[in-house]
Amino acid sequence: MSIFEYNGSALVAMVGKNCFAIASDRRLGVQLQTIATDFQKIYQIHDRLFLGLSGLGTDAQTLYQRLVFRHKLYQLREERDMKPETFASLVSALLYEKRFGPYFCQPVIAGLGDEDKPFICTMDSIGAKELAKDFVVAGTASESLYGACESMFKPDMEPEELFETVSQALLSSVDRDCLSGWGGHVYVVTPTEVKERILKGRMD
Amino acid sequence: MECVFGLVGNGFAVVVADTSAVHSILVHKPNEDKILLLDSHKLMGASGEPGDRIQFTEYIQKNMSLYQFRNGIPLTTAAAANFTRGELASALRKNPYHVNILLAGYDKETGPSLYYIDYIATLHKVDKAAFGYGSYFSLAMMDRHYHSGMSLEEAIDLVDKCITEIRSRLVVAPPNFVIKIVDKDGAREYAWRETVKDAPIPSA
Repeated sequence: MSIFEYNGSALVAMVGKNCFAIASDRRLGVQLQTIATDFQKIYQIHDRLFLGLSGLGTDAQTLYQRLVFRHKLYQLREERDMKPETFASLVSALLYEKRFGPYFCQPVIAGLGDEDKPFICTMDSIGAKELAKDFVVAGTASESLYGACESMFKPDMEPEELFETVSQALLSSVDRDCLSGWGGHVYVVTPTEVKERILKGRMD
Repeated sequence: MECVFGLVGNGFAVVVADTSAVHSILVHKPNEDKILLLDSHKLMGASGEPGDRIQFTEYIQKNMSLYQFRNGIPLTTAAAANFTRGELASALRKNPYHVNILLAGYDKETGPSLYYIDYIATLHKVDKAAFGYGSYFSLAMMDRHYHSGMSLEEAIDLVDKCITEIRSRLVVAPPNFVIKIVDKDGAREYAWRETVKDAPIPSA
């Protein structure tokens, strides 16, 4: 069994009209056994930047702690928050540092950049960035997520419609994956506010 | 196989562990205490490689005492859990400890809490958790009968239900268990559940 499939996860980020949504499932498992149904996989770095980490839970937690540390130092030195593009490069660099002993994580980065332009990207476990204009996916349910997002996505969706689309894509994909699910966690971010919602899906 | 489980009740947390020290097919001793008192208001139930278990839990215990000596106040349960995770995580890619931990504690400000820390340093705050083959039975019993804010009598009743289930359904079920609780009055041993007692040492 792959180490990336040890804990189980599903992550998706989608771009809308001057907004973005980032969503994850809530399961923490150890292979076939479910340990918890409220495990956090999306972290807020600053009020316009979110990081989702799929893959091995321990590496996600370690990576998150290292990134928060680096971002806080950046804030002290630069006296401002990091731009999403810069943060993505930081994550990529941290991952490639461990090229021959990697963190078993696939990050999804979503943020609002200059002029409130939404930015999303994902990368593999050794930091190969994949920028997208529409959506990015990660985790054990990624193949289902690609299909669901491709069929449900429309450009320039308003926040409410974006929330519906992301939620439906996430829930339908995790229902086809035994290692992810037990609800959903969706953040919809506009220039003025962050809306966090919990989804109730099939609890199995 | 070692069974450790725990749950959070109304103003207390309880951790239960089996007490067999096993080496292959031989039971070295039937009354090995696997739940360490970390400080006055913390319990650490551990399962896994016996040498690592004792070494690692004592290391955490001594470091907690050191913090208290240096700073005059004890660590909170959350801080202790994060410290433990940090130690496991930094050793993970060098010389990993094969120890699964359930850390229960009581803090004046936040009340009782239980932390699940597995051997690859995945940390999660939970209401109920279990490790080992016994987890398949105890988690199922707890999923059915647990509710938040259980009284001590209800919780011990649930613990006994779990122990009965493990004894009747696990093929190499450990015969003896120790129950420890932590509440505002501190961490202490609550009871033993023994079916096999060590033979008394004959007098000369």
